Amino acid sequence: MESHDTSTVRARPEPLRAVPVRHPGRWVAVAVLAVLVAMFVHLLVTNAAFNWSFMADKMFRPPIIEGLLRGTVLMTVSAMLIGVTLGVVVAVMRLSDNPILRGVAWLYTWFFRAVPRLVLLAVFGNIGILWSRIEFGVPFDTQLGQLFGIDNLNLRLFGFSSRDILTGFMAGLLGLALSEAAYMAEIVRAGIQSVDEGQTEAAQALGMSRGQLLRRVVLPQAMRVIIPPTGNETIAMLKDTSLLLYVPVSVELFFQLDAVGKRTFQIFPMYVAACLWYLFLTSILLVGQYFLERHFGKGYGPAGRARLRLRGMAAETGGGGNSGTVGPA
Amino acid sequence: MSELIPGQPGAPAAESRAGAPADGSGLMVRAEQVHKSFGSLEVLKGIDLEVRAGEVCCLLGPSGSGKSTFLRCINHLEKINAGSIRVDGDLIGYRERGGRLHEMREKEVAAQRRAIGMVFQRFNLFPHMTVLGNVVEAPVLLGREKKAAARERAAQLLERVGLGDKLGAYPGQLSGGQQQRVAIARALAMRPKLMLFDEPTSALDPELVGEVLDVMKDLARDGMTMIVVTHEIGFAREVGDTLVFMDGGVVVEAGDPREVIANPQHERTRAFLAKVL
Ligand SMILES: Nc1ncnc2c1ncn2[C@@H]1O[C@H](COP(=O)(O)OP(=O)(O)O)[C@@H](O)[C@H]1O
Ligand SMILES: [Mg+2]
Repeated sequence: MESHDTSTVRARPEPLRAVPVRHPGRWVAVAVLAVLVAMFVHLLVTNAAFNWSFMADKMFRPPIIEGLLRGTVLMTVSAMLIGVTLGVVVAVMRLSDNPILRGVAWLYTWFFRAVPRLVLLAVFGNIGILWSRIEFGVPFDTQLGQLFGIDNLNLRLFGFSSRDILTGFMAGLLGLALSEAAYMAEIVRAGIQSVDEGQTEAAQALGMSRGQLLRRVVLPQAMRVIIPPTGNETIAMLKDTSLLLYVPVSVELFFQLDAVGKRTFQIFPMYVAACLWYLFLTSILLVGQYFLERHFGKGYGPAGRARLRLRGMAAETGGGGNSGTVGPA
Repeated sequence: MSELIPGQPGAPAAESRAGAPADGSGLMVRAEQVHKSFGSLEVLKGIDLEVRAGEVCCLLGPSGSGKSTFLRCINHLEKINAGSIRVDGDLIGYRERGGRLHEMREKEVAAQRRAIGMVFQRFNLFPHMTVLGNVVEAPVLLGREKKAAARERAAQLLERVGLGDKLGAYPGQLSGGQQQRVAIARALAMRPKLMLFDEPTSALDPELVGEVLDVMKDLARDGMTMIVVTHEIGFAREVGDTLVFMDGGVVVEAGDPREVIANPQHERTRAFLAKVL
C-alpha cells in the first residue's frame, strides 16, 4: 500500500486576484515615439535634399558594384584571412617560452592597437615615399662594400618599383590585415588560455611537441572561445573598409559613392546610399554570426549537443553492460 | 617487447614482461636525491627511489607531500633542481657529454616521454575527439603507426579495458570510470615501458573505483612497470611489490606493502594509515 501524498489531499488554493501594476509611462513613450517616427518619415518623403530617384539611379552603377565586390567584400575576406592567420602566429609567439618571441609579439600588438586604423591606412598609403623601389638581397650591401673599399657594391637579387606592388589595394590590405592581426592575436590568446591546463599536460605526457599539441589539442578546443568575437571582428572589418578612402583605394564602395557625390554635387544622397549598402552587407553578416554563435557559443551549442545525444543513445542501446571487465583474464 | 593486447592467457610471464631494461641492472626507474622547489617552497627534499622492471610501486602520503610533483618529475613535466632520474638507464631531461650535463631540447624530451605513460586524477581526455580518436591520436601523429593499424590496435586496447562498445562515443558521454579506462588505453597505445598513475581513482564515485583498479591489476599481471600514487590500501596490498610512504618531500618509509601496512615503523606512517584504513 502506498501512503497518501499530503499535497494531493489538500485542496488547491484559490487563484490570487490582484489588480496588475499599470504602466502609464509606456503609453506616453509610445505616443512620443509615434510622433517622432511620423516626423522622420515626413522628412524622408518631403525633403528634396534626399533626392531619392537620383540615389536609386546611381547606387547600382557598375563602378559602384565593382567597388563593393572588390574593395569591400574581397578586401574584408582577404584582410580577415591574413589577420586571423597572422593573429594565431602572434598569439602563439606571445605565449611562447622564448622571451624574444614574447617581446616581439608584445611590441607588435602594442603598436598596431595603439595607432588608429585611419592613421595607419594613411601611412601605408604613402609608404612609397620611403622607397621608390623595394628590393631583396643582402642587407646593408653598400655600407658593407665601403667597409671593404668597394664602391657601390650591389648584392640585390630582384626588386620591384614600389608603385607596382604597393598599389592602393595592396597598401590598404596590408594596413587592415596587420592591424586586424593585432586584435585577433588577443582573441586567440584568450581562447588558448581558456583551455584546461590538463589538456596540455596529457598531450605532453603522450610525447607531443608544443606545435603538435597546439594544432591537434589546444586550438580546436579554443575555437569555441575564438569564433564568436571573430564574427564581431569581421563585421567591424567590413565597416572599416570605408576607411580605405584615405589610402586611397579607388575600387571601393565608399570611395566610389563619395566620388559620384562630389562630381554631381549630390553628396548627401550618395552618403545615404552608403548607409543603405553597409546596412545591407552587415545585416547579412549578422545573420551568419547568429548561426555561428548558436553553434559555437556555449558548450557544444544546441545543434552539436543534439548530435552528441543521438550518438550517445546509439552507443547506449548498441552495447550492454560493460563495467570493469578486463579482456579474457 | 611485449604486446599489450588481450588474448594471451597462456603466455609465459617472462614473455609478457613490458620491456626489459637495457642496462642489465633490472632497474626501470632510478631516482637519486631528487630535489624540487617552486620558488622558495621546497617540495621534494632528496627523494631516492628504485623500481625494478615489472614491479608495481605504490606511492602513499598525505596531501601536499609532493607525490604528484615527484611523478611529474619522472616524465620531465617538472624540471628537477638537483639529483637525477633515470628511466630504463636513460637520464631524463639531460644528456651527459664530456662529464657535463646538457639540457635536452623539447623534441628530445618529447621522445623520452613517449616511453612513459601517464594517467591523471582528472582523466584529461581530449573532449573534442571520440574515444577511438583519443587512443589513436598520439601513435598516428607521432608516426608510430599507420592509421589503419593504429585504429585496429586502439580497438583492441579499448576492448581490453572493457569499452569495445564505446569507440564512437565522446568523453562527455562516459562515466568517470569509463573515462579513466579510456585514459589508460590512450597511454598504452604508445607502448610505454613505464606507467605513472596519479591518484587514478580519487575523482571517481565509489562504485566506479573497482572497474579502474581491475584494469590496473590486469596491467600489473601482464608485467607492466607501474608507479601508482593512490589511497587505495587494498590495491597496494594486493598488487603492490613495494610501498613507499612520503611526507613533507621525503621518503619516510619503504618496503613490502603487506609489512608496511601491517606493521608501520614510523609514527607518521602509522598516523596516516590510521586515517585512510
Ligand atoms: N606548479 C606549482 N607551483 C607552485 N607550487 C606547487 C606547484 N605544484 C605543486 N606545488 C606545491 O607543492 C606541494 C606538493 O604538491 P603535490 O606534489 O601536488 O602534492 P601531493 O600530490 O602529494 O598532494 C604543495 O604544497 C603544492 O602547493
Ligand atoms: Mg597529488
